[in-house]
Amino acid sequence: MTQDEHKEGIKGMVNPGRYGIERVAYWLMRLSGLGLLAYFIGHIYETSNILRGQVGWTEFLELTQTTEGHAILAIVIAMCVFHTVNGIRVMLGHGGIGVGKPARPDYPYDPASQNYRHKIGIYSAIVLAAVAMMYGLAVMFGE
Amino acid sequence: MAQVSGIADEQTSTPLSSSNTILLRISRFNPEHDDSSQFMEFTVPYERWTTVLEAILDVKKHFDHSVAVRYSCRQATCGSCGMMINGKPRLACFTKISELNSNVVTVEPMNNFPIIRDLAVKFERLFDTHQKIKPYLIRDDSELVSDEREFLQSPEEVEQYIQFANCIKCGLCNSACPTMATDSSFVGPQALAQAYRYVADSRDKGKDSRLKIIDDSHGIWRCHFAGSCSQVCPKGVDPAMGIQLLRGYLLGFRS
Ligand code: HEM
Ligand code: SF4
Ligand code: FES
Repeated sequence: MTQDEHKEGIKGMVNPGRYGIERVAYWLMRLSGLGLLAYFIGHIYETSNILRGQVGWTEFLELTQTTEGHAILAIVIAMCVFHTVNGIRVMLGHGGIGVGKPARPDYPYDPASQNYRHKIGIYSAIVLAAVAMMYGLAVMFGE
Repeated sequence: MAQVSGIADEQTSTPLSSSNTILLRISRFNPEHDDSSQFMEFTVPYERWTTVLEAILDVKKHFDHSVAVRYSCRQATCGSCGMMINGKPRLACFTKISELNSNVVTVEPMNNFPIIRDLAVKFERLFDTHQKIKPYLIRDDSELVSDEREFLQSPEEVEQYIQFANCIKCGLCNSACPTMATDSSFVGPQALAQAYRYVADSRDKGKDSRLKIIDDSHGIWRCHFAGSCSQVCPKGVDPAMGIQLLRGYLLGFRS
């Protein structure tokens, strides 16, 4: 510890354990955003293989046909679905939609912005991501 | 009369009256000569109604007077006694030991605030950011000069902002915020919620100037609506709501 600002740091920022499902969603949103970015860059690299002609293209595409390739694609599907569904929820929230109305607060002061509508949004994003991932796994391993 | 003298005899009343005890772990750190913080442990008696602040004051009284802690009102009004209690920012005077459901209570200084000593942290930056959003009514005339009447408001107009006016500047929200955890320049949930408090006040005319202040790279856009501020606020301010409503203006969802 130093004399400085005593900031909680990245460890505190990513700790999803203390502040409810909303903080978990925040963390998954970051993780999936960065994961998708990594996939996107990899995807551009992968598709640029077509410049090596059909052989190079097929060769590279075989990477996705392995068990590891299937697993990575399944995770990409999950990240994609979670990021999109939760992204829509976050965008609505950022616009002030569904965050509750100001009112005289009463003990025990349950915050209206952490309401069931947003919680349902988060849980549906997680469930849809899981379903899509399982469907993807079934298709890929079912071949 | 015998009863009264029994209560007045402080030395024996506190320890003997309770059969329950907890282990209170207090983080000790003096930036002037310590490199790192260390925990000191105390076994303290408590009742169903004993607050964490009372337990700390018990330690100061009976074991170690040098424990540094800031408090004043003891009733969640002054905003002085925020600290990490079992890993979460809370007011020590507003947190009962019995509600923590733990035999061990660990108290540490609030995150994202510089430490003065032990449990006391510096509030300069909190007050600076609060000042920055112009926490007062902005308008050309004044109640004092125009025909000496107060500005009228309907109960509905009061409802629009009264929740945010409950803020006691305790800083718990800034301590829980994931952006504050890494960004030293972020204006923070406390100040943003206060920006909304004044923007939502029907007497105020300073909306545009306040929106300009928070429309900054370390302003409102650093909020990701994680909601942790609202979960720890002891006064029901719900900063996350205020911030999103405020952002609604900037994004054109509201006017
Ligand atoms: C329909 C598709 C998408 C929607 C609705 C969406 C929505 C969002 C939203 C609302 C945020 C801000 C979250 C916040 O404030 O915490 C965000 C962040 C982000 N998104 Fe997306 N996004 C989509 C697709 C993508 C794709 C395809 C990529 C990658 C190429 C991506 C990468 C990112 C990254 C890196 C972040 C920043 C994460 C952070 O700093 O927390 N997104 N997205
Ligand atoms: S908004 Fe709540 S948590 Fe934040 S400083 Fe005000 S009273 Fe404390
Ligand atoms: S002592 Fe005043 S808020 Fe706790």
